[in-house]
Amino acid sequence: MHELSIVTSLFEVLEEKARENKAAKVVGVKLKLGKLAGVVPELLRTAFDTYKQGTIAAEATLEIEEVPLKLRCRKCGAVIERDEFVLVCPSCGSTELEILEGMDLLLDKLDLEI
Amino acid sequence: MTKKEVIVREEILGTNKKVAAEIREKLGSAGVLTVNLLSSPGSGKTTLLERIVEALRPDHPLAVIEGDIETERDADRIRRKGVPAWQITTGGACHLEAKMVGKLIPEVPSGTEFLFIENVGNLVCPASYDLGENLRCVLLSAPEGDDKPKKYPKAFAGADCLIITKSDLFPYLPFDQEKAEEEALEINPRLRVFITSALKGKGVAELVEYLIERRAELVGSKRHA
Repeated sequence: MHELSIVTSLFEVLEEKARENKAAKVVGVKLKLGKLAGVVPELLRTAFDTYKQGTIAAEATLEIEEVPLKLRCRKCGAVIERDEFVLVCPSCGSTELEILEGMDLLLDKLDLEI
Repeated sequence: MTKKEVIVREEILGTNKKVAAEIREKLGSAGVLTVNLLSSPGSGKTTLLERIVEALRPDHPLAVIEGDIETERDADRIRRKGVPAWQITTGGACHLEAKMVGKLIPEVPSGTEFLFIENVGNLVCPASYDLGENLRCVLLSAPEGDDKPKKYPKAFAGADCLIITKSDLFPYLPFDQEKAEEEALEINPRLRVFITSALKGKGVAELVEYLIERRAELVGSKRHA
C-alpha cells in the first residue's frame, strides 16, 4: 500500500505545473497507469480524494487510463503487448526485451482554470 | 476565468529516479557497489547479511543501511559485526525511497567497496522504487512457498539475482525449489539464482564471489569511462 506516497509525489509535480501556469485551480487530472506499475487504481483514487482536500486540486476529477505492458524484442524487433510479466519473446525466444511502457505511472495531462 | 489543458507526460516517480541516478553515479565513481535487498519480512535478509559481512571483512570494507518501520534492531546487529550501519525508520511507510538513502550517502566512509541497503520487508511496494543500486537482489525463503514469483512478479522482474534462503528447511517443507526457480526465470530469464542457508553457511561463498565480480566490473567500467 504505497498509493499515498505515490499521490504525495503526484502532488509535487501537479503543484509545480499549476504554479508555472499561474493556475487558480486544477479541475482535471489524467494519469496513465501501467498495468504492471504495482499501483491499484481504486486505492489510488481513494488516496487522491483524501489528499486533494484543501489543495489547489480540491475540486479536481481524476481520470486513470490503464496501459498494458508493451515490450520490444531487441533481436527480432517484435512489439509485444501483454497483461502479465513474461520477459521472453514469443516470436524468437530471445530474452533481450526492452520495456516500452506499462511499468510506470505518468501524469499525462492537467485541466487548469487560470 | 479561462480553461487551459496542459500536457505533462511526466513520470510521477521521476524525482525518485533522478535522485537514484545521482546516488548511483556518486557511489559508482567512488568504487562502491550498491546492493538493494528486497523481500518479505522474515525471509532472512539480516541473517544473510551477517554472513555476507563475515565473508567480506576485513579485506572488503562495507557499510549497511537498514530500512524498517520501527526500531534500531537490525542496524545494531550489523554494528556488532564492526561494520558502519545506519537505520532508517520509516515510521509506517512500506518502502525506502531514494531521498532517504541520499541523506546517508555523505556518511559512507571513503574506501568502502560495498553498500548494502536492506529494504523494508515487503514484496510489493519496494519494487517500484529505485534506490540508486547497481544490483537488486530479491530473497525468497523456503517457508514462504514456491508460488511467490508469479504472485509478486514486479519484485522478480526488476531484480538481478534471486536468493533462495533457508535451504536447510527444504527437507521439512513442501517447497519445490525447481518450481520456484522456473517461475522466477520465466518472469525474468536474466536472474542469477543462488541457493543459500545463512544458518549453515551454504551458498554464501558463491554469492560473495558474485558480488566481488560485479564490483570489479563496476570499477572497470568507471575506469574506462
